[in-house]
Amino acid sequence: MSLTKAEKTIILSMWGKISTQADAVGTQALERLFASYPQTKTYFPHFDLRPGSAHLRTHGAKVAAALGDAVKSIDNIAGALSKLSEMHAYVLRVDPVNFKLLSHCLLVTVASHFPADFTADAHTAWDKFLSIVSCVLTEKYR
Amino acid sequence: MGFLTAEEKGLVNGLWGKVNVDEVGGEALGRLLVVYPWTQRFFQSFGDLSSADAIMGNSKVKAHGKKVLNSFSDGLKNIDDLKGAFAKLSELHCDKLHVDPENFRLLGNVLVCVLAHHFGHEFNPQVQAAFQKVVAGVASALAHRYH
Repeated sequence: MSLTKAEKTIILSMWGKISTQADAVGTQALERLFASYPQTKTYFPHFDLRPGSAHLRTHGAKVAAALGDAVKSIDNIAGALSKLSEMHAYVLRVDPVNFKLLSHCLLVTVASHFPADFTADAHTAWDKFLSIVSCVLTEKYR
Repeated sequence: MGFLTAEEKGLVNGLWGKVNVDEVGGEALGRLLVVYPWTQRFFQSFGDLSSADAIMGNSKVKAHGKKVLNSFSDGLKNIDDLKGAFAKLSELHCDKLHVDPENFRLLGNVLVCVLAHHFGHEFNPQVQAAFQKVVAGVASALAHRYH
């Protein structure tokens, strides 16, 4: 599964808008993840996960920055996220099922923040993009 | 406590009261067919599904989406007994329609995206969490009679 030219164009142009609120989008996606899928909190016993916490905002910004890196290197996402991929495989070891959950919450966040842009084609492009990012991050698991 | 807390029921019913079920149904089914094109396998008789525009404008897709979501809406009235409410439909989806229950989960999540799209910030994390419980419950109820 790879992105078409048209899909890359959609991602790049929407990222232009999203990047102005990237931290808020990353943070809200995490809030949604922890609210809808409380089991995901087990990976963050060391965090204050209350909405608005500094931990959440910092981590949300990190997630957004990583997505930004993937967008900037959209033709080589595996290269751009190679270190992050290793970290997830050897250190974090987040169960692969959770990438789908966070991807869904990112999609919901984008849909609610950018209604005019979230057409059916954009929905497809983002779903595919996040799928690819998830694949890259779990690529080295075994 | 039943399936949802009183607070969650309030959040779900509060939002659902504002939903144009017919329209949202068409939108959700359309997006399912666009975003996950393999789901088109169940709708070979629906005519032109060749592009996002074709799918979203397709009158059969809209009509069927309306049917599906009205059924979902009826189920919401029996939120504490979804398995009972969807028993017959579960049998139908297994025995006659031969639909993999994974598709119910996909459609549930597409519906959540459509609600987020329509309601924006009003569809906050707490409202989403309540709806995720609902769509998971409906998907599970629809799969319950499979054999």
